[in-house]
Amino acid sequence: MITRAQCKRIIDLATAHGKGECDGIEVTISASDLATSRFANNEMTQNQSPYAVAVSVRAVVDGRQARISANDTTPAGVRRLVDNAIVAARLLEKDPELLPLYSPSAAGHVCIPVNQYDARTARCGASERARAVAAIIAVARASKLNASGVFATGSHVTAIGNSEGLFGFHRRTEAECSITMTGPDSSGWSKDNQTRASLIDARSLAEIAAKKALASANPIEIPAGRYDVILEPAAVLDLLGFLWQDFTGTSVTDKLSCFLDKVGQKMLGDNITIVDDVTNQAQAGEPFDGEGLPRKTIVLVENGVIANLVHGRRSAARFGVQPTGHGLPEPSTYGEAPLNVVVSGGNTSLDEMIRTSEKAILLTRVWYVREVDPMTKIVTGMTRDGTFLVENGKVTAGVKNLRFNVSLIDMLNKVVALGRTQRTSGEETYPAVVPAMKVADFNFASTTRF
Amino acid sequence: MKRLAEFALEVATNNGASYADVRIIKQESQLIETKDLAVAAVNLGESTGMGIRVLCNGGWGFASTQELTKKGVEKAALRAVETARASATCLDKPVTLAPEPAYNAVWVSPHTRDPFAVPLETKIGVLLQAARIMKSVEGVTLAQGEMSFIKDIKYFASTEGSRIEQTFIRSSCGIVANATTEGDRQTRSWPNSFGGQHELAGWEMVEKWDLPGNARRIAEEAVALLTADPCPQGMRDIIIGSSQLGLQIHESCGHPSELDRALGQEINMAGASFLTPDHLGKLQYGSRIVNLVADATAPGALGSFGFDDEGVKAQRVYLVKDGMFCGYLSSRDTAHLIGLPRSGGAMRAESWSYVPIIRMTNISLMPGDAGTLEELIASSADGTILFETNKSWSIDNLRYNFQFSTEIAWEIIGGKRARMLKNASYGGITPEFWNSCDAICSASDYIEWGLPNCGKGQPMQTMWTGHGAAPARFRNVQVGMAHAVKGDE
Repeated sequence: MITRAQCKRIIDLATAHGKGECDGIEVTISASDLATSRFANNEMTQNQSPYAVAVSVRAVVDGRQARISANDTTPAGVRRLVDNAIVAARLLEKDPELLPLYSPSAAGHVCIPVNQYDARTARCGASERARAVAAIIAVARASKLNASGVFATGSHVTAIGNSEGLFGFHRRTEAECSITMTGPDSSGWSKDNQTRASLIDARSLAEIAAKKALASANPIEIPAGRYDVILEPAAVLDLLGFLWQDFTGTSVTDKLSCFLDKVGQKMLGDNITIVDDVTNQAQAGEPFDGEGLPRKTIVLVENGVIANLVHGRRSAARFGVQPTGHGLPEPSTYGEAPLNVVVSGGNTSLDEMIRTSEKAILLTRVWYVREVDPMTKIVTGMTRDGTFLVENGKVTAGVKNLRFNVSLIDMLNKVVALGRTQRTSGEETYPAVVPAMKVADFNFASTTRF
Repeated sequence: MKRLAEFALEVATNNGASYADVRIIKQESQLIETKDLAVAAVNLGESTGMGIRVLCNGGWGFASTQELTKKGVEKAALRAVETARASATCLDKPVTLAPEPAYNAVWVSPHTRDPFAVPLETKIGVLLQAARIMKSVEGVTLAQGEMSFIKDIKYFASTEGSRIEQTFIRSSCGIVANATTEGDRQTRSWPNSFGGQHELAGWEMVEKWDLPGNARRIAEEAVALLTADPCPQGMRDIIIGSSQLGLQIHESCGHPSELDRALGQEINMAGASFLTPDHLGKLQYGSRIVNLVADATAPGALGSFGFDDEGVKAQRVYLVKDGMFCGYLSSRDTAHLIGLPRSGGAMRAESWSYVPIIRMTNISLMPGDAGTLEELIASSADGTILFETNKSWSIDNLRYNFQFSTEIAWEIIGGKRARMLKNASYGGITPEFWNSCDAICSASDYIEWGLPNCGKGQPMQTMWTGHGAAPARFRNVQVGMAHAVKGDE
């Protein structure tokens, strides 16, 4: 994996090469060697060990900018990249909103260090992953089920620097295990994503997925309609992920956000508080944004009130506020994004949510969630891999899967119980820290055949 | 480069690989985005690297590198062998490859004008001209434009003797008019939503789709939608426009016809398929006028190629013939699992750093005999609803229950578009839906649509696929359910 010193050398070379030829050079380096072992039908099906480094140069020339990315990290390749970026920038029209490159001498430039690197996870090889997969398959065979999924390990690097003297470097490791267990007419799923492989217990995850598959065998069909639902954290994440971009300044400027003119207003339930916080121990993001600014902790929703938007430098200038350190690399259509979301939880365990429910549907995960209406935030999607009927405080049956159409705004006004918040990974959005939720009056529109 | 490919094969076989293949890909890309009268992004890219896939002890291994030196390639080849050996420890049966001849070939995708030879100013000029027209329509709150151009030069070599060089040029263009008021936002796109139209073609496709010439119409439609009636709820006959039908085909025929899904190999993320092998040749998937093909040979269609990413020659395969489910998208390692003598040639990877998996090529509905769209509208009963341009799509993980929303719809009265409708949606169960198809427009209205963003695999890979379709009519379909979220509706 590329080192801090190698990144610094590339950035220094690029900025020195551009000196005198343009008004500024910014360099971003990203690298990943995340290796993924895939299995299905109780066998290993794919085993991938990629390695890629990309260097991206932004040149600023007389009020114009252009970005070029490549993967040639040799000195000649980096110099050519800088030359091409300068030539491309000169071809473009002036950008009246373009700001000079960010200077680390700016007040408040303190990146809070976050340690998300584990040498053992970085070294984890194909044999170690295969042993974890074998353990998962053993659980499946013991339960007469089929196991499918992934076990992935590796590391990622992000570095940024510019001709104003900025340099930032962040490395993190990642380990992910996702398991689906299938029986003749049922399935169960579990997943974990951590910065350390030692925090992932593949056998326990396999046992959870197997238990769900066995418990949802012989599913019954229930009619579409409105039900109380108990959403496990992965289901919560893959729904709420469709709200994150609405908290950005650029989406408000473009009139694409559902929170137009709503900052300061109460839109959601009293029990909903959402923060973007890279320093949360369960988060894994870089401490700087796409222009190298330190990421600030920003309260997005406080007790149901839309509290703040996040801003990159361009958006902040439009609003006349300070940037929050959430900018995406310039130039960007989307502007900025909250990438380290933490949704506050409560103290109701999943078991207690079940025990206190007269009638409810328990959802393990949701699938193919898509936005239907951008202003009312109606989303649609399906339940999947462990959908259960809860009656009189007990899980009584697996149910055939259902399609939902729900407004996320309505949903976050009907949360009647919150679980402990935890690092969660789904399939529709990036990992975040969210709790399980019990939600009243959740709208299921139709059923399917399994 | 070619010598490095030979070296990679040599290292792999010298270290125990029974089979190996190598892809070296050089990619050049341009993405241009505009917002109103400003350039929002110009992102240019280059990437070169090698992917090495090996079979060792019957298990698959894959590694990639961008260090294109003997040292870098050797390290990657050894890593591929190491991962293959690890795979073999979790196998019941060794992987078996269906036979395929060795090829020495050169293939270039058809194009008239290399888009990389067209100046950036010209490209931006087209987008800004369209933006000026859209912004001149009162009520348009944001005008967006996008173009992308990608050139891939790909070299494939295998231990079975294939040596194949292919050049792909992909181009796209599209514009979007947004109209936002307090509490409502409506959108119209041209030629399609989510990035516009995508083709395996050059700059000529941008000229063909004439963004400025369609800018005023879509801008006016976006504003008109704000005051249009909402789509009614209930059961209606519907006509689906060709671009929306392309996505319908993608989701409800293309994905379920992928053999890896049908065999459960993608079940953890992308899902499985209701089209399991026991249904092959037995399930009446659609009505007798429904014919669906996987055609990797269609000129200019986004999913076409000369050879797939394991060196199998492009083919045209029926998936559904006269309504009967009859074929799969397959690969060399899945073909024998259902008794096929040869791969259908559907293995592709997003780039050199990803392993090839089964992907759609061009999954297309063959045209019928219902004439033009206007003729089909004229022959349809009062109350039929015409759905055009996708806005939202979702389908379950076996590909039965789907729900789509479109940007715009029209209620047909007296054989004409009588009433514009907003917030339009329809849904159903795949085989019931396709069996309700009673009319397909003729070849005159057939368009090869391109989808650039099909997600599948772990880690997720994005793939470009094609979907030819002419508008078609379906009987007694549920409509208007997507916005019915309140208890009193």
